[in-house]
Amino acid sequence: MGKRRIKLLATISLGVFFGCAAFTFVYARGYSYMSDDPNACINCHIMNEQHDSWLNSSHSAFANCNDCHTPKTPFAKYWVKAGNGFRHSAYFTLGNFKEPIRITPGNQKVVQDNCIRCHSDLVDSIHPTNDGQLDCLSCHSRGFHRL
Amino acid sequence: MTGIQQIGEFETDPAVWGVNFPNQWDRWKRTTEDTAVTKYGGSKPIDKIAENPRIKILYAGYPFSVEYNEERGHGWSVVDVQKIKRLGDKKPGTCLSCKSSDTVKMWNEMGAEKFFNTPMKDLVAHADNPISCLNCHDPKTMELTPRNPAFLAVMERRGVDLGKATRQQKRTYVCGQCHVEYYFEKKDNPILHFPWDKGLNLDDIEKFYDEKGFYDWIHPDTGAKLIKIQHPEFEFWSTGIHARSDVSCADCHMPYQRIGSRKYSDHWVRSPMLNVAAACQPCHRWPEQELSERVLAIQDRTKSLLNRIEIALVDAIAAIKACRESGIPDEKLAEAQKLHRRAQIRWDFVFSENSMGFHSPQESARWLAEGIDYARQAESLAKQLIVR
Repeated sequence: MGKRRIKLLATISLGVFFGCAAFTFVYARGYSYMSDDPNACINCHIMNEQHDSWLNSSHSAFANCNDCHTPKTPFAKYWVKAGNGFRHSAYFTLGNFKEPIRITPGNQKVVQDNCIRCHSDLVDSIHPTNDGQLDCLSCHSRGFHRL
Repeated sequence: MTGIQQIGEFETDPAVWGVNFPNQWDRWKRTTEDTAVTKYGGSKPIDKIAENPRIKILYAGYPFSVEYNEERGHGWSVVDVQKIKRLGDKKPGTCLSCKSSDTVKMWNEMGAEKFFNTPMKDLVAHADNPISCLNCHDPKTMELTPRNPAFLAVMERRGVDLGKATRQQKRTYVCGQCHVEYYFEKKDNPILHFPWDKGLNLDDIEKFYDEKGFYDWIHPDTGAKLIKIQHPEFEFWSTGIHARSDVSCADCHMPYQRIGSRKYSDHWVRSPMLNVAAACQPCHRWPEQELSERVLAIQDRTKSLLNRIEIALVDAIAAIKACRESGIPDEKLAEAQKLHRRAQIRWDFVFSENSMGFHSPQESARWLAEGIDYARQAESLAKQLIVR
């Protein structure tokens, strides 16, 4: 095989790969996952219930999905987003997950941190911590959406 | 935690702590209110013997047949322990253990053993404060800190590292240092012990007492060697669904409340039935009325089982008594006496516990059902002996 033909094949392969990647990114609205828009979370319909119950909860006026479900520092935020995004696409592609979907222990910790972040003035006297010793969600799991 | 008032390492006076923690202090003071009544409890000092004369027969020969009142709130503890006629002036220091914050200071100064062996009337002169801040909190950090030497000792024997306890566990442990079943090693050496070496379930506690050959008193009518159960709320709770779900004593009896812009544990410790909205509804989203009815349904069922076991026990006592009066020697009655002991510990465990079965509905029903069976077996055995 001549050098020219290898170059041509490589160019076409790369073009197809990046073309498919770009198509997938646009088709799956990949850019929306960079935002804080709750509509991004219902790109995949399995989150509809959570989105609806959030919309009807008192929190919808003050907090979006990311306010509770991602850390607040930029690096940690996108690290968690990337991890969750990878897991979600893997699960949905392979279909090996249970419904209703459950929050992972790591994500639950993120939520607890965010409960305290916003409500620290209110709950300071009762010493909530994020080491599982006093779990906000053990009592307050309803009202936002069922976990 | 910082404050405007320096709190000493052994500050027994809750008013001093109250300067820094006015909200907790205000609510704690309400534990001196003594008029609240629930269907099966509350803080009004109702005379239990007048209410249920059967207990005079069941506790015959033991001081609980002299005077037995519904207990009042923490704020009354020092006053009430002095007033109670049960043991009169013979009360050992042990009786003051769970009645005053000053005991924490005394344990530190004189050592627990000497404290337990000093007559209560000599100690009470230095007990100015009822159960309050120092009983549960470290004055420097405000961390929840159980102090009762008997609790610390038994937890160590059981291999529980209290230093590693979570906050949620401590919200039960500070209550569990007093609201328990306990015993004295010997009558003339009233060192406080908790019978938990084999476990916290009644079956474990009974096995522990049986192996020790321990008894509190001998029933004058039957000659059975009996155990007087105290108030095993901690043990009872530990076998129930709330314990399984990591719900602590404080979650229901000191529920979080909002005062101004902050949340606090309500230091007005009392029956959740008087405060269903704060105590139950944060987790159970049903109407107050329905929640109360569900609690009462459990308590009514327990009460009806208690009535049955009391009648069975009274019958068993009468039958064994008749045997003894007709001259049947105690050796022949040993089995019936053992059955009386088995039935009585099951009745007393549920009867003396302060929730009318609610802390562990299924276990309490099991214990009472077994107890009814043991009492009837004792009765029938005694009746067979008399016929022969």
